[in-house]
Amino acid sequence: MASGKRPLSPHLQIYRPQITSVLSILHRITGVALAFGAVLLTYWLTSTAYGPEAFARAQALLGSWFGRLVLFGMTFSLFYHLANGIRHLAWDAGWGYELPRLRATGIAVVVAAVVLTALTWVWAYAAGGA
Amino acid sequence: MEMRSPLGRARGLGSAKDGVAHWWAQRVTGVALVPLSLWFVYTAVSLVGADLDAFRAWSDEIGNRLLMILFSIALFHHAQLGVQVVIEDYVHNEAVKISSVVAVKLIAVALAVSCILAVLYL
Repeated sequence: MASGKRPLSPHLQIYRPQITSVLSILHRITGVALAFGAVLLTYWLTSTAYGPEAFARAQALLGSWFGRLVLFGMTFSLFYHLANGIRHLAWDAGWGYELPRLRATGIAVVVAAVVLTALTWVWAYAAGGA
Repeated sequence: MEMRSPLGRARGLGSAKDGVAHWWAQRVTGVALVPLSLWFVYTAVSLVGADLDAFRAWSDEIGNRLLMILFSIALFHHAQLGVQVVIEDYVHNEAVKISSVVAVKLIAVALAVSCILAVLYL
């Protein structure tokens, strides 16, 4: 198919990144990250079946500095993917395609994700998870 | 008007006609995950630093088990559908693509059943 030296349309990196395209790929990246997070969830839940020590090990691993770093990323990914997913559902319903609205909802999604992630972690530390 | 050649049809090229079902399942599981994932964040934070006894006390509440099972089903179904699309977009070798999609499906089912079993076993 791609034989010879036929001209190609400009590839992705030719275009200046815009809020629409950046948030779109971020939706996919956070989605894939959350799929790996689902594997972590499985480890966490199934560790309970192997007794108190195994569960304590899982809790310690997830509570280590590295575990927290990963969970922080998962928290942001979840809230971003959730908020932008709702934006997607609105598009599916035919709402929000005008450029100013597209931009406004995009900013709203990022703000919501950042704020909810921060609130969740403040709450987690306040609840004695330090 | 039929635009596809008979040879193309014989070779099984073109749409597999399951795109709409895939699209809908992605949306339906997505809608289910809006409340379920918010509930999950609440649950996960409330179980920070918990030991197994505390975890079992949490699971004594039958509603918690129910919601965790529903969350697992919606999560793994949604994740499988999403990862499938990512694979189909970026993996161009047909054999690698199909085996990856099948592998992800099998892994998703295995992990979802593991989560459900773990919650029931508590």
